Amino acid sequence: MAPTEAAEAKVLTREALPVRSEDDVVLVRRRARELAQRRGFDGFAQAAITTATSEIVRNALVHGGGGEATLEELDRGGRAGVRLTCRDEGPGVLDLERALRGGFSVTGTLGLGLSGARRLVDEFEVRSAPGAGTTVVLTKWARR
Amino acid sequence: MRQTGQVPILRVAGVLLVAIQVDLGDTVATALQEDVLEAIARTGSTGLLIDVTGLEMVDSFVARVLVDTGRMARLMGTETVIVGLRPEVAGTLVRMGFDVSEVQAALDIDEGLERLGCKVVRRGAD
Ligand SMILES: Nc1ncnc2c1ncn2[C@@H]1O[C@H](COP(=O)(O)OP(=O)(O)O)[C@@H](O)[C@H]1O
Ligand SMILES: [Mg+2]
Repeated sequence: MAPTEAAEAKVLTREALPVRSEDDVVLVRRRARELAQRRGFDGFAQAAITTATSEIVRNALVHGGGGEATLEELDRGGRAGVRLTCRDEGPGVLDLERALRGGFSVTGTLGLGLSGARRLVDEFEVRSAPGAGTTVVLTKWARR
Repeated sequence: MRQTGQVPILRVAGVLLVAIQVDLGDTVATALQEDVLEAIARTGSTGLLIDVTGLEMVDSFVARVLVDTGRMARLMGTETVIVGLRPEVAGTLVRMGFDVSEVQAALDIDEGLERLGCKVVRRGAD
């Protein structure tokens, strides 16, 4: 691991936003873009974190019955980052492996949300158990 | 001509022009789709231009609405061209794994109109 990668991520700001309605989904993704802009992300990285945030937060609302999204501005050895932690107390992702592969959807939509979000960010983690809700943590780092 | 929330649907040179300037919530996006189809039926337009220059983000929901609108419009005899897709938005969609093969796109409104204009003329001629 390169020394800069080993450096610990410092949390510069943190804010928690509710995920209770469709408008909340728009608000959280808009906020993610603002933070990415503020951290000096280029247009592609901004679009990536905004889109991934939209997918994950919508999932928490639609599949998880709502929850909470936390956005953090990070710094790791001088490199800017934005992290989303989104949790819900819904039924959990039933078949996580399949859902992450993409093309699988219970709502008959595209099933590209979870798999697509994963492809757009640098770090991606899903914690989910049947009946115990779902937590997704994703991080995007600014290009050097 | 008609308003869905903040999205006007205009008629320009026999073509319907929908310029999306704001980040759309899911319900507004779905309502817009319905309004566009109604406008097609009402005006008999054979071309539909959807200008997404103002969209900073297209996620799987918005993408689906756009693709579905084009499919439905085609069933009504109307050709759809998406214009003004930002480079970072196009990049994001491809990276997420979208199949974009059936989407007709043009760089800007002029180019989109040109493409639809040819079709309109050809259709009127026979
Ligand atoms: N927060 C969540 N809680 C429960 N199930 C989820 C959650 N997020 C995703 N899933 C499951 O994973 C599947 C794939 O998600 P996604 O790729 O976003 O597709 P879509 O939302 O279009 O169905 C969903 O259909 C759903 O079954
Ligand atoms: Mg989804």
